[in-house]
Amino acid sequence: MAAPGQRLHILDRKIAVPGSSYAYPTTRDTRVGIVSASSNAYAAAGGRTTEVSLSAFSFLLSEMVQHVQARVTSIDALERRLEEAGYAVGLRVLELQQFRDKSVGKRKTRLLQALQWVSADMWRALFGKTADSLERSTENADEYMIHELQPITNVFVSVPPDLGQLNCAAYIAGIIAGALDGACFPATVTAHTIELAGQEANITAAGGPRCKTVFLVKFSEEVMRREAQLA
Amino acid sequence: MFLQLFIINKSGSLIFHQDLSPAAPRLSSNDSLRLGSTFHSLHAIAAQVAPIASSGIEKLETATYRLRCLQTLTGAKFVITAQPNTPELEVVLQGIYELYTDYVLKNPFYELEMPIRCELFTQHLEKLVERYNAASR
Repeated sequence: MAAPGQRLHILDRKIAVPGSSYAYPTTRDTRVGIVSASSNAYAAAGGRTTEVSLSAFSFLLSEMVQHVQARVTSIDALERRLEEAGYAVGLRVLELQQFRDKSVGKRKTRLLQALQWVSADMWRALFGKTADSLERSTENADEYMIHELQPITNVFVSVPPDLGQLNCAAYIAGIIAGALDGACFPATVTAHTIELAGQEANITAAGGPRCKTVFLVKFSEEVMRREAQLA
Repeated sequence: MFLQLFIINKSGSLIFHQDLSPAAPRLSSNDSLRLGSTFHSLHAIAAQVAPIASSGIEKLETATYRLRCLQTLTGAKFVITAQPNTPELEVVLQGIYELYTDYVLKNPFYELEMPIRCELFTQHLEKLVERYNAASR
């Protein structure tokens, strides 16, 4: 029979099972959350932590996906609902980070600045790392792509074949859209699963993920018009 | 070398079965289902007929194979079979249990008590077993 304490590690990875040599799948810290430059000061002042357990987050997200899944009929609708849920988070993250990072000062007025803030600063605040890359689409001037090898929404998720291209990172796509919209850069953001090929596949061949997630950011016309005027 | 892994849910039906090495005996899916529920019943009987308070069958040692069973607090049973003299069966079972809590229970598309079809779980299971098999060689 298992000892009474053993079940706790489902909820909190910090309690390790004795004798187990199972290594956590990513090298990333197992905690996610708001970690900003001023988070230490926050913790010191209020004594509260600004990170949450990855397990707790995963369970919550899992429940959210199941809740939404029971109420929609198509994969598209499921992704839209996840994006909506993320949107509100994005708005708040923008507000909070702007407030905390006083060193940053002025708000971003140029498109690239805003995108870089999202893929670097916001990413670090939410996930403790920067996005793996930020690219501009070669076909459309108003499209940008943020690449992420393993979004935290997908760490434990295996999408069954009958749900096809569904990507739970739609939630993060919503966060991006919310943050950009809050900064007056309205855009539609969608999450796509891309099979790794060539060099990238070799790098992660040693047990890493087989797919990556690409967030396609398509800015609305007004943003592009304004950007042209500012240039 | 490890042979096979069975995961049995709390009502006694087999929800996962995997051959862990080429040396594993070939079983049809019906046979493994039957084996899973038979073990579940034997486990329950063993717990009841024991002269002292017992949690059922924990391990079987035979001349041809070893079996180790881990029953979790939620009633699921993880059963692994291996060739004689394979060490660390219980450690591997703990590792598999951990993989199960991560890649099965945190997967929004898995329904409790239903057969496990999670790609990431199988992937990580293979890696874990490979590591132990390589170490014991």
